[in-house]
Amino acid sequence: MADIQLLVKELSAKHGKERSSLMPILQGVVSKERYLSSEAMTEVARELDISAAEVYGTATFYSFLDTNPRGKYVIRVCRTIVCDMHGKQDVIKTIENILKIKVGETTMDKKFSLLETNCIGWCNEGPAMLINDEVFTKLTVDKAREIIQDFIRNK
Amino acid sequence: MAEKTLKRVDVIFTPYSVSPYKILAETIVKPTNEVIQEVLDSGLRGRGGAGFPTGLKWKFGAAAQGDNKVIICNADEGEPGTFKDREILTKVPRKVFSGMGICAYVTGATKGYLYLRGEYRYMIPALEKELELFHENCKKLNLNFSIEIFSGSGAYVCGEETALIESMEGKRGEPRNKPPFPVQSGYKGKPTIVNNVETFVSASMVCRIGSAEYKKLGTDDQRGSKLFSISGDTPVPGVYEIELGMKISDFVEEFGDSDTKAVQVGGVAGYCIPRKDFDKMVVGIGGTTGGSTMVFNSTRSMYNVLHNYLHFFAEESCGQCTPCRVGCQQLLKGIEAVKHKTKPAEYLDQLMKLTETMKVASKCGLGQSVANSFASIVTNFREEMIY
Repeated sequence: MADIQLLVKELSAKHGKERSSLMPILQGVVSKERYLSSEAMTEVARELDISAAEVYGTATFYSFLDTNPRGKYVIRVCRTIVCDMHGKQDVIKTIENILKIKVGETTMDKKFSLLETNCIGWCNEGPAMLINDEVFTKLTVDKAREIIQDFIRNK
Repeated sequence: MAEKTLKRVDVIFTPYSVSPYKILAETIVKPTNEVIQEVLDSGLRGRGGAGFPTGLKWKFGAAAQGDNKVIICNADEGEPGTFKDREILTKVPRKVFSGMGICAYVTGATKGYLYLRGEYRYMIPALEKELELFHENCKKLNLNFSIEIFSGSGAYVCGEETALIESMEGKRGEPRNKPPFPVQSGYKGKPTIVNNVETFVSASMVCRIGSAEYKKLGTDDQRGSKLFSISGDTPVPGVYEIELGMKISDFVEEFGDSDTKAVQVGGVAGYCIPRKDFDKMVVGIGGTTGGSTMVFNSTRSMYNVLHNYLHFFAEESCGQCTPCRVGCQQLLKGIEAVKHKTKPAEYLDQLMKLTETMKVASKCGLGQSVANSFASIVTNFREEMIY
């Protein structure tokens, strides 16, 4: 059985095969693969016995259920007003320069993707960003550089 | 309406001086209608933003016909400038679960969900641990109720209760038509009571101190204390528990940086109050119960602020209904056109009319509330929109 089939089977064993199991299953695929490939979505559709279009429809609604290939570490910098006011653009420029990618792109080695996201609920400590599920706050240019370089070296 | 000056209280974040599960134990031996009456009498309104009276929702929930009633704690805190629910779930999660337990007791629900926004996934391990303790307590108390965490995946509109339910059912988070209300037919068609995180905490507090004591806080319009998430141009950003009904001028004096030009209350779905109205306005009335408060000083361009909001709305509109989907995009393009002089300044008036249409024709609160910040910014800072 292909890896993705095994993963979907494993997830449906855990979360069930109902329609209401769909989100947890898709989230499970994303946390393992970082995105939902068409193979993955077709497999989920087969497993839950619903149309692949339904799976695709749900997946594309949510910004954390990516249908584009992403790197191992997805960096999401908050762009909403308070983080924006407090210098998120400088943070983004710093990360772009280190990783040599633009917002929306993935590094050649598939290790990092850089995205912007809407309010992540850390306005009191902005600018803030998520790397996968982990939160980083009170970012400065220096701090952002340190964090990314730490990920490059140690992860 | 009685006005009170800013008074900090500390009810919600007080450490567990009385165990929240003791409050639960003491409450679930009282008759259910008595508990509901207590919550009704307290005047507590939902703390998510819409401000529906909590006691009334619980009363409808208790009266609803159907087995397997469901309680959902809405922790899909997506309103820009709001982060109070994060603080509650980090610092005093037991107060939330105690409130949910009380709600389960009075409504007869057996299943609860905590709908946690995707951005807060990092909290899940700690919350799972807390839930183990809660479930042990339920067992001891013979309360047939369990809570499960459901993680969101990044969609502002899922904070709307019916969109949230759609999302839990594995669908696109598109709001439903109301009626039927969730309390009649919600998650998988079962009677469902959806309350905000802070609402459950406040309800549990009401059960602890009694409605008479609780009512002493706040104003005639808004009872109790309330958490405010304060951010922006302030030297002291954070979550503060403040008695409802204080004047913006008092608020600005305490939290501003002495150069405050405007205060956005109720998040981007709320209103932008300019300096000239600081004396006239009171925080915590009408649609501002979510508690998001963003402070802007005179270095900020209100055009940039509004542009950021509209970009947010255009992206987060679920796209289901035309007034909101197209309206948000046109407003964004419209203010850009005025700024770049490809449209005359009068075009702003056309855009204002568009927001009026969105207010009456949009299906849910998202599209309906764009008019609030749009009109308050364009009216009060018109020159900044043009030049």
